[in-house]
Amino acid sequence: MSYELRFTNYDLRAGGAVLALMNWFNTIAILVVAYVAVFAQATFNESRHLLGVQVDLIPSLVVYAALSGGVLTFSLVALSGALWLDSLSANPLGVSLLPLFLVGLVIHQFRELILRQQPFAQFILGAGATAAVPVLTLVLLMNTQVQPLLGWFSIWQWFAMSLLGGAVTPLWFFVFERIGETFNYRPVGESSFRSDRQIKRSR
Amino acid sequence: MLKRPHYIALGVVILFTFVLLKLPSRASSNLKLAISGLFLPLFGMSGSLGELAENSSYSLLSRRELIRQLQWQHKTNQLSQLYFRQAEEWKRENDRLRTYFTIPQQYPFKPKMARVVARDPVNWWKTITIDRGSRDGVLTNAVVVTAEGLVGRVSGVSFAQAQVVLVGDPDCRVSVLVGDDKSREQGVIAPASSSPLDHALVDLSYLSRNSKLVPGQVVVTSGMGGVFPKGIMVGQIADFRSIGYGLYKEAQVRLAVNMNRLEEVFVLMP
Repeated sequence: MSYELRFTNYDLRAGGAVLALMNWFNTIAILVVAYVAVFAQATFNESRHLLGVQVDLIPSLVVYAALSGGVLTFSLVALSGALWLDSLSANPLGVSLLPLFLVGLVIHQFRELILRQQPFAQFILGAGATAAVPVLTLVLLMNTQVQPLLGWFSIWQWFAMSLLGGAVTPLWFFVFERIGETFNYRPVGESSFRSDRQIKRSR
Repeated sequence: MLKRPHYIALGVVILFTFVLLKLPSRASSNLKLAISGLFLPLFGMSGSLGELAENSSYSLLSRRELIRQLQWQHKTNQLSQLYFRQAEEWKRENDRLRTYFTIPQQYPFKPKMARVVARDPVNWWKTITIDRGSRDGVLTNAVVVTAEGLVGRVSGVSFAQAQVVLVGDPDCRVSVLVGDDKSREQGVIAPASSSPLDHALVDLSYLSRNSKLVPGQVVVTSGMGGVFPKGIMVGQIADFRSIGYGLYKEAQVRLAVNMNRLEEVFVLMP
């Protein structure tokens, strides 16, 4: 008795759409988290009251996107994160885009050499990215003839921001792993049956 | 080495950044406001949750405490009414004298209350976002105050929200007066150079070397510049020093308003 799988065109189209959606799932999830992260940066001021620093969550998200996705994924996260962040701040629109993208590009380029599963490596990458992005942004800002508030206190802010950004990065890896486990297809377990070792009985 | 898709993405991002930074300021501002409008649902949700939490905290208050607060409010209200009547009398006298000496009349502002919904997510600016926009009649450069004193001015307005640049930001310089009635000195409030991110302190510069400054002196807006009306409380002198080999003086001003704890503000509508 043989079973034959029959698909209608409708089934194939629907299946294709679901498959495409699942391929984009990680990117969509990071974008949603980036949207909420920018909102949180603008509304929750606890770190500002305690340390005089507002933590920047987008560079660490770009680190995760560059390590877990392709060029399109981290580019989209950098683009959306930068536009959302600049729209809620007094930054000129688009000034954060290039720094975020460059950080993502460098990490994506060397991702084969990075121990991405190690929390310490994640911390260092997050801290490095969070330290690099404001410096690059300020370099761009200086060229746009606007005058940001800078002083000795900015060094403390830069240091604290980097540490906080580094601390948040392993958290992103943990959160997205859980989200992926919840919503993605479960990997098919390997069967113990092997066709090349099948015992064929004969008379 | 970078691969072909990397080069393409890098080229697109550089081009996009260049285009965005070179947009005319009006177009850039409109685009910014349109993008920030994407956060309106989250701001609305956050406001509703805040109100819910506030209302539930009220239900925990005892009747005795509510009565005590009501009595206190009643006393404060009586005192405020007394001051208000006195101020009205002074205003009438002021108007009569202005007419007599043919000085142009001052038109009172109508304050409109607004809630602070967000702060600048970046560390090197001092701005806030309020929940009043063009639908409420808020205009660019409208003055924002609290009962304690000056907060800043509106720098951008969208349909439902407005961005306010705070006193002490490089984009909000205020012409002020300091000193008693006999020797009033004029200066300009600028971001603090020594501790630029201590929200309570700002610099008062362009004071003449003969200025007689005393710690605790009141600093009020001068009305020069056309944005801030005269007489709004800005803060008090905390410290002063001679600079430029004694050629002129600079002072540190402690702001009257605690910018870290802003929750509700008033937009002065013309």
